Amino acid sequence: MMARSVCSLSGTLKLALSNQLTRVYGAAPQRYKSTYITIPPPARYGGRHTVTLIPGDGIGPELANHVCELFRFCCVPVDFEVVNVDSSMASEDDIDNAIMAIRRNGVALKGNIETNHNLPPSYKSRNNLLRTTLDLYANVMHCQSLPGVRTRHRNVDIVIIRENTEGEYSSLEHENVTGVVECLKIITKAKSLRIADYAFRTARAKGRRLVTAVHKANIMKLGDGLFLECCKEVASGYPEITFDSMIVDNTTMQLVCRPEQFDVMVMPNLYGNVVSNVCAGLVGGPGLVPGANYGEDYAVFETGTRNTGKSIANSNTANPTAMLLASCLLLDHLKLHAYASMIRRAVLSILTETQLHTADLGGKGSTSEVVQSVMNAVQSTGPQTLSI
Amino acid sequence: MAIKLLSNLCPSAFLAVCRQQQRDDIPPPAKYGGRHTVTLIPGDGIGPELLNHVREVFRFSCVPVDFEVVHVNSALESEDDINDAITAIRRNGVALKGNIETKHTMAPSVKSRNNLLRTSLDLYANVMHCQSLPGVQTRHKNIDIMIIRENTEGEYSSLEHESVTGVVESLKIITRNNSLRIADYAFRLAREKGRKRVTAVHKANIMKLGDGLFLQCCREVASDYPDITFDSMIVDNTTMQLVSNPQQFDVMVMPNLYGNVVSNVCAGLVGGPGLVPGANYGRDYAVFETATRNTGKSIAQRNIANPTAMLLASCMMLDHLKLYGYASMIRNAILTTMNETRLHTADIGGQGTTSDVVQSIMRIIQSKGPLISEL
Repeated sequence: MMARSVCSLSGTLKLALSNQLTRVYGAAPQRYKSTYITIPPPARYGGRHTVTLIPGDGIGPELANHVCELFRFCCVPVDFEVVNVDSSMASEDDIDNAIMAIRRNGVALKGNIETNHNLPPSYKSRNNLLRTTLDLYANVMHCQSLPGVRTRHRNVDIVIIRENTEGEYSSLEHENVTGVVECLKIITKAKSLRIADYAFRTARAKGRRLVTAVHKANIMKLGDGLFLECCKEVASGYPEITFDSMIVDNTTMQLVCRPEQFDVMVMPNLYGNVVSNVCAGLVGGPGLVPGANYGEDYAVFETGTRNTGKSIANSNTANPTAMLLASCLLLDHLKLHAYASMIRRAVLSILTETQLHTADLGGKGSTSEVVQSVMNAVQSTGPQTLSI
Repeated sequence: MAIKLLSNLCPSAFLAVCRQQQRDDIPPPAKYGGRHTVTLIPGDGIGPELLNHVREVFRFSCVPVDFEVVHVNSALESEDDINDAITAIRRNGVALKGNIETKHTMAPSVKSRNNLLRTSLDLYANVMHCQSLPGVQTRHKNIDIMIIRENTEGEYSSLEHESVTGVVESLKIITRNNSLRIADYAFRLAREKGRKRVTAVHKANIMKLGDGLFLQCCREVASDYPDITFDSMIVDNTTMQLVSNPQQFDVMVMPNLYGNVVSNVCAGLVGGPGLVPGANYGRDYAVFETATRNTGKSIAQRNIANPTAMLLASCMMLDHLKLYGYASMIRNAILTTMNETRLHTADIGGQGTTSDVVQSIMRIIQSKGPLISEL
């Protein structure tokens, strides 16, 4: 939903910045999306949506199965097109097929694809390839203290918006002199403006009051300095939202001492990675937080901290909450809000029952038990379901 | 040149050369008339007031240390001030400093003064020891982590350029020599302190060449220390584990930026920036400061800053100068004030002022210590 409505405003933004953009984009023609009427509604054929499903590695396949099971049980009008990506193969055919499927369907749900360290450095991370090829520029993660989960920090409610395509993840490295490696971190004005605009629009849409930019501009003066400048420019267009900035080291320390002070945070790629993992740790761990990657035309949903979970794969101990909540975000994106809230309510009500907590939350429940209870909860409150 | 070839062909020989240099060339701490001279750089924000307190405590305890004060004005563009400070540290060998502010309004060609100091003096290891203090109430207990952070390269190379308008490239440099050096430092320190495990923090799944090289160097060095377990963890997982389960970590070694983030997370876990001291060690010099390097502009001159970090840093300095008696005396007094009398400043939830805490420390030194000047 956010991705579609982004188009119109990004179109006007492009018009406004056409001078800078022509220099950066070269001779490429600009796309004009002047009004939101031209954004197509989510594709529905016979009233059913088709969504690409990439199981990934580790706990991905089993959790994806549970999502399919739950959707079938709740009669959600979504069909999954499963595309397997084999992480041990050096060829890029698998991931290209997956990208084509996502281009066709517009939406995807994925597990994390492992990046094998034994393959040569020319083998790029598959997850990264997917994000950059589809230009999924905004990674949004909403960390909330959930009722029923005991954590050391309370009342955490932070939305983290992380630039998803450039920064330290450009995969541009070279070794001109033996023993000296240079890694390039790229920050561009166009992408920084885009992500800052996304952050402020999201803050306004959700009624948030404060946006904090996280940076390290005292050391990386040009790079993060440019990012900060872009955020300040965009902030001037949203007078009702307070904007401030904080250096990343102070931010992580404040997150550990007093996370209640943060509201919406926007930052480049690597700091986003670290900060989102710290916040996930604050609210209860990697099994609880869903994440979404939005681009102009596509949206991909996954767990917030992108863990493969190799060590707990196939042992029925993984926490399905993150993946189930990610599927609810997917349903919201497809405008199937009733189904989304039904499943979300069921998942959150199950979390309050401590005997069903999985191992990562300190309990002894298994994944299948949790999913069964969710289905029970849906059946007792929902309108119509298949028989168990 | 020969050293570089050596590090590529035979890392163990390279490391042996490093260690040899370390042992023979280090002169004993300079003493003239039995007194040491230490460079003092007040810095900005809360630096000057805290360092005044350090001097007060030292004078009171009759510590045989004289301070040579060098002011560095962060508002000037010229590098004369910081060059004077570097010359003074070269002369004295040891320094105690407050953080020098890096003003954002100045041109990007004005480099961070703190960074200049660290790279010119080649202070390659930043060591921070985070321990839970019994008197401080925190959400996490029983933390005891040593963080060793590469201090001179990585993302802090200050090499950036804008070849195309609107596109900035920042270079992160990782070299084999520096990575071997810092890994060796980490393992030697772990062995000296009787630690069992060293964890390397990296992001080699994305930065395969850069952090891959760092990780490889750590593994090579680890093979020389079979009594110490070595493992590695990706930085995002590390920060999450630190927040959920920090007791699993023992010694951690990492490149510059991850070190910055991880050390700040650990400082937050044990009670905040006012409690943890940090040390920067090079082959010939050592500079001591607070671990999280905060200027504290907003609380400057208000007598509410926590002096613990700076005082503990001065104790580390006394240990470095081999004045162990004085170091333990002052450290005991600080920890007694923190844990027993519970005189806390605002940042850890109390209502004491800086001068209250310092007075209390001096009173404890008086009651226990041998010989002091009059209060």
